[in-house]
Amino acid sequence: MMKFRFRRQGADPQREKLKQELFAFHKTVEHGFPNQPSALAFDPELRIMALGTRSGAVKIYGAPGVEFTGLHRDTATVTQMHFLPGQGRLLTLLDDSSLHLWEIVHHNGCAHLEEALSFQPPSRLGFDGVSAPSSLSRVTVVLLVAAGNTAALGTEGGSIFFLDVTMLTLLEGQTLSPDEVLRSVPDDYRCGKALGPVESLQGHPRDPAKILIGYSRGLLVIWNRAAQCVDHVFLGNQQLESLCWGRDGSTIVSSHSDGSYAVWSLDTSSSLTPQPTMATTPYGPFPCKAINKILWRNCESGSHFIIFSGGMPRASYGDRHCVSVLRAETLVTLDFTSRIIDFFTVHSTRPEDSFDDPQALAVLLEEELVVLDLQAPGWPAVPAPYLAPLHSSAITCSAHVANVPAKLWARIVSAGEQQSPQPASGASNWPITGGRNLAQEPSQRGLLLTGHEDGTVRFWDASGVALRPLYKLSTAGLFQTECEHADSLAQAAEDDWPPFRKVGCFDPYSDDPRLGVQKVALCKYTAQMVVAGTAGQVLVLELSDVPAEKAVSVASMDLLQDREGFTWKGHERLSPRTGPLPWPAGFQPRVLVQCLPPAAVTAVTLQAEWSLVAFGTSHGFGLFDYQRKAPVLARCTLHPNDSLAMEGPLSRVKSLKKSLRQSFRRIRKSRVSGKKRVANANSKLQEANAQLAEQACPHDVETTPVQRRIEPRSADDSLSGVVRCLCFADTFLRDAAHHGPTMWAGTNSGSVFAYALEVPAATSGGEKRPERAVEAVLGKEVQLMHRAPVVAIAVLDGRGRPLPEPYEASRDLAQAPDMQGGHAVLIASEEQFKVFTLPKVSAKTKFKLTAHEGCRVRKVALATFASVACEDYAETCLACLTNLGDVHVFSVPGLRPQVHYSCIRKEDISGIASCVFTRHGQGFYLISPSEFERFSLSARNITEPLCSLDIAWPRDGSQASQRLQESPKLSQANGTPSIMLAPQSHDGSPNPAHCKGADTPEPPEATLSPMSIDSATSADTTLDTTGDVTVEDVKDFLGSSEESERNLRNLAEDEARAHAILIK
Amino acid sequence: MNRSFHKSQTLRFYDCSAVEVKSKFGAEFRRFSLDRHKPGKFEDFYQLVVHTHHLSNTEVTIGYADVYGDLLPINNDDNFCKAVSSANPLLRVFIQKREEADHYSFGAGTLSRKKKVLVTLRDEGLRRRAHLDIGLPHDFRPVSSIIDVDILPETHRRVRLYRHGCEKPLGFYIRDGTSVRVTPHGLEKVPGIFISRMVPGGLAESTGLLAVNDEVLEVNGIEVAGKTLDQVTDMMIANSHNLIVTVKPTNQRNNIVRSSRTSGSSGQSTDSAASYHSLPAPHVLQNFHPDEMESDEEADIVIEGALGPPHIPKTQAAPPGSLSRANGTSLAHRLHRDLALHGSGREGNGSIHRLLSSLKPDPRQSLVLPQGGVEEHGPAITL
Repeated sequence: MMKFRFRRQGADPQREKLKQELFAFHKTVEHGFPNQPSALAFDPELRIMALGTRSGAVKIYGAPGVEFTGLHRDTATVTQMHFLPGQGRLLTLLDDSSLHLWEIVHHNGCAHLEEALSFQPPSRLGFDGVSAPSSLSRVTVVLLVAAGNTAALGTEGGSIFFLDVTMLTLLEGQTLSPDEVLRSVPDDYRCGKALGPVESLQGHPRDPAKILIGYSRGLLVIWNRAAQCVDHVFLGNQQLESLCWGRDGSTIVSSHSDGSYAVWSLDTSSSLTPQPTMATTPYGPFPCKAINKILWRNCESGSHFIIFSGGMPRASYGDRHCVSVLRAETLVTLDFTSRIIDFFTVHSTRPEDSFDDPQALAVLLEEELVVLDLQAPGWPAVPAPYLAPLHSSAITCSAHVANVPAKLWARIVSAGEQQSPQPASGASNWPITGGRNLAQEPSQRGLLLTGHEDGTVRFWDASGVALRPLYKLSTAGLFQTECEHADSLAQAAEDDWPPFRKVGCFDPYSDDPRLGVQKVALCKYTAQMVVAGTAGQVLVLELSDVPAEKAVSVASMDLLQDREGFTWKGHERLSPRTGPLPWPAGFQPRVLVQCLPPAAVTAVTLQAEWSLVAFGTSHGFGLFDYQRKAPVLARCTLHPNDSLAMEGPLSRVKSLKKSLRQSFRRIRKSRVSGKKRVANANSKLQEANAQLAEQACPHDVETTPVQRRIEPRSADDSLSGVVRCLCFADTFLRDAAHHGPTMWAGTNSGSVFAYALEVPAATSGGEKRPERAVEAVLGKEVQLMHRAPVVAIAVLDGRGRPLPEPYEASRDLAQAPDMQGGHAVLIASEEQFKVFTLPKVSAKTKFKLTAHEGCRVRKVALATFASVACEDYAETCLACLTNLGDVHVFSVPGLRPQVHYSCIRKEDISGIASCVFTRHGQGFYLISPSEFERFSLSARNITEPLCSLDIAWPRDGSQASQRLQESPKLSQANGTPSIMLAPQSHDGSPNPAHCKGADTPEPPEATLSPMSIDSATSADTTLDTTGDVTVEDVKDFLGSSEESERNLRNLAEDEARAHAILIK
Repeated sequence: MNRSFHKSQTLRFYDCSAVEVKSKFGAEFRRFSLDRHKPGKFEDFYQLVVHTHHLSNTEVTIGYADVYGDLLPINNDDNFCKAVSSANPLLRVFIQKREEADHYSFGAGTLSRKKKVLVTLRDEGLRRRAHLDIGLPHDFRPVSSIIDVDILPETHRRVRLYRHGCEKPLGFYIRDGTSVRVTPHGLEKVPGIFISRMVPGGLAESTGLLAVNDEVLEVNGIEVAGKTLDQVTDMMIANSHNLIVTVKPTNQRNNIVRSSRTSGSSGQSTDSAASYHSLPAPHVLQNFHPDEMESDEEADIVIEGALGPPHIPKTQAAPPGSLSRANGTSLAHRLHRDLALHGSGREGNGSIHRLLSSLKPDPRQSLVLPQGGVEEHGPAITL
């Protein structure tokens, strides 16, 4: 019986208009730290900082909230970036030797970063004819001279080319070849050898005509561009790494590959200086690694700063990533956990000042940005208001809490402040302050929780553009782990020379993988939360404003329920510490429940009103009363034939992770480089390693042709018992007249269990319920015919809206649900969505996504979409992310497809797995281990950077014609193409409607309810109900035997009737 | 050349309502006639047969040879009625003693096993267990069917696999591949999804409707063009309870030729030009009736392609006769049918064109082949 599913042709124009007012897809902002940064630049005039990445992304940051993002068209590493000071323009050099000019332009008051020009040097050179061997094909250094109008390009061949920056054209005839320089070098120095590549180009701090050129072999030359002659020659003999002018132009510092640096003074009496005035190897006398970069900054208070990276003794500390800060007698060796990309100081650049007086040092590392306050004693680190290293320990899960009450917010912020006693005015010390944030103060507070591999949960302020760390909860202290002592011992044993200081928070190494956080849930009204981890630990915590010392009560629950024949082969459970433990202010544990077998927790939910927590693993689920600290229910969901579940599926994952971790340690150890060129080789090695790792897996796949087995899911598929979702609801399970607490659980094999709970009612006025046992009775068991994993369960009230969170209604924060009956349960499986009536479970509406689109559901969430056109109109819809990375929105409860957008590349499995939706139609997903991309599906609730920058530079009309295609945010920074389907009308003026929709909690009753819209045209939702023989197997345990019998008898009839109603 | 044409006797009497019956028991023949429109009850027919053959004391089973030479049972009013109404023009009835009869030899199995009917009757009959009575059609569960024959191009086949309550695995695999499409711009290579493997004993194999290298065009009415292998896999699994796959069989020789819009039930003879005058009520296969899914349907429609073109002349040249007809190589029958179609001209072609034009509004453009293309794939070209 073939049905033809014609796409709805003449869609209702009114509905289409409404859809446009409700839904729009934007990728708005990237939170976190850019993946694989490769270049850094700072504009001291505008006080903005630019980061370039290996994927070709350019990100500019100023004051918190001021962010610009651009992406080079070619995926090539950004090797150097240079601001044209004060102009808001940035010159970038990629590793394909192309130069790109970016500029910040204002459209309608808001600034955007756009690529203006690009320049690809001709691959075959010889345009000047003079220097035939010299080639522009490999530019090693770039220097902006003459107020940024000209760029000098030093090349590998030793020649220096000059480029007109405004047009990005070569200034022919000005090229300086090494032969020209060699003429002014004494014969005995020359020795017939080439000067080597240009290693450094530095402009004279006062005289723009003079350029200091450093060649790889060690020769330093001051070239006078105006006179076209060599002013001065310094005969260095040590292989050169970097150069720095002193402020007054009379001193030059050079750093070398042997770990030494030398100070040269500019003696005007002679044009040739044979020896430096001072040369030293700071970490000698044993062989040291190269000093890659050195800065010399003088201070008004006397003495000067010498800041350099590298130079560590090769044998003992060759693998450290260090920046040394030396001032007079004070030396601090900043010891970082990841590779140093670049660093700069924030200092005075006004020409009238005769001192640098560095204010701050910013160090860009591979995994984080560290800023030190150089004016405060002890040079403390300044907490960054953005660029948070989300991945300081790998993110294992995330959750979003919308509309956080102000009270809870303040308590979390204060707990966070007590945790890291930074100067309260930390933000004001932040030296990078350029631009103005035009975005309105967010009207509601959003909290993003990330669970990490090391057992921590981090709380982030996700209300605005900058993701700000608020508080960090560590659960590791509750458990005994093996590694912790070894670490502290190693620390103590270290010498005090060099004077290492651990800086930064990036620490990817977890002590114990079992600590990893798998699921987090927070009740925002009671400040209670549950954190569930890899070893089956479920921890209920409560926020406390004062430190406390208390013992945590521990309970364990056997989820196997004495099933025979299963032996757990995975990890052991964590052993909790006994006795009273000190807990700082913040979330303090109340109860620890440990699942047996200690498999990773796969689902968790908290009902603070009933003091119940439900959790599930791959073996079953449990219900725990944390007020009485007593288990209520445990249920095994394993299929008798499922032996694989006991092998500990996650232990295999763990071992893979372990081996990865080991190999990373090996790589880390083998990093012996310090040299730029060698570093390149190193990264090649890494790439090769990565390629190797990639090849290892799909190798055998390629030998056999790819084919897929077509087989329906069967009951005894492996891992069918995994509990995928849990939910609590106050609804009608027993009969249509009485509602009561219920708990729902869905498994990987398409089973849904519904329990009726007997929760003693709280006495009026009292928060706590009486000390009576909670009872759970199995009410219904639904087996979805297609057996696909159940991804989510939600109960809808009589008006088709999701039930409010606990306390939400009782505290008048949300509209009370319609308890007049007519409740329905929405069950989302990987393949289809289905709404069943309650209490008698019969299918009402459904949408078979996989059958239609060939994609499977990965994440779903019910979200409220507010209209841009009408202030108080909103609809609740089902947002869904598929395994192809598409986002679909469906109406609820009609389950009619509304819109869909492609969001994530389908190959980006971790991105899809990390996606989390907010309650108001936004979402986050990881685009790299360290970055969340924020997207919005809502046309009204959009969080994106809106900022302006005061820039002034002369624009000539000729440029406009050469302007490249302007598309600032057409592609995402890490190369994921994003599709902007909706017109970017909001781009312009900061629309006051933005972010405002978030605080309208629910649409008032008077508005057109979504239900009516759906029922009006529901015929096409159920277009394929005929011929669908998936009658779910519903077992009714609660109803009287007569009733259940009737139910069974009516099942087929019901189905038929449901169709009849829907099809009309 | 069709044997029926030479049976002037039957042709002469065609228009009258009597059906000529030739009943055979062992080596004995009896002839009698029945009213085509009022055949009466099976019970009466049984009595009549027993009486004519003087077999009053023995239990017998009655079978008849349908138009494709399959031996089908007559054991109730329904199939008796069918037998009479489909008699074209002669109804050949075979009588067996019940203890000798092999009930397995009835039905579709006879064809898929490619057994010669008479041989089966005589030689294997005794060796088989004879427990099962052929009951009413609703005792059977459909396993697969070919559907929408009337709306699909002849080169395509829409197969429905029923899996409810069946323990057999679906039993096939799919892979990526390239297929050649006829487009307005000529031939184009496009990626496609193909059946890569059949699991022995699986549902897909046992139906015989799908084969390795068949190109999958649609899954439950949704085109797979532009979808990845994984997507198609997911779609098939999501529909696995009622999977409808439209394929372009790699072996195009077994296509269903729509000489008429009739069902594949044995109700219509196609080996006679006369059949055009006796079209049963048009029966649209889309409306699936379980009782027509029985024994005969799949056997009737799917014609296995074991025989190659070299056999064609031989079969044709074979002396006509009941034996050769009963042996009935499927190809021979199809040949007759094709000849009938092309020979008698207009109507057959007209129906194709009508079908093509009815396909036009169908959005699945890629399925629509040029008209020539459709005919080209017809077996008539191979002759």
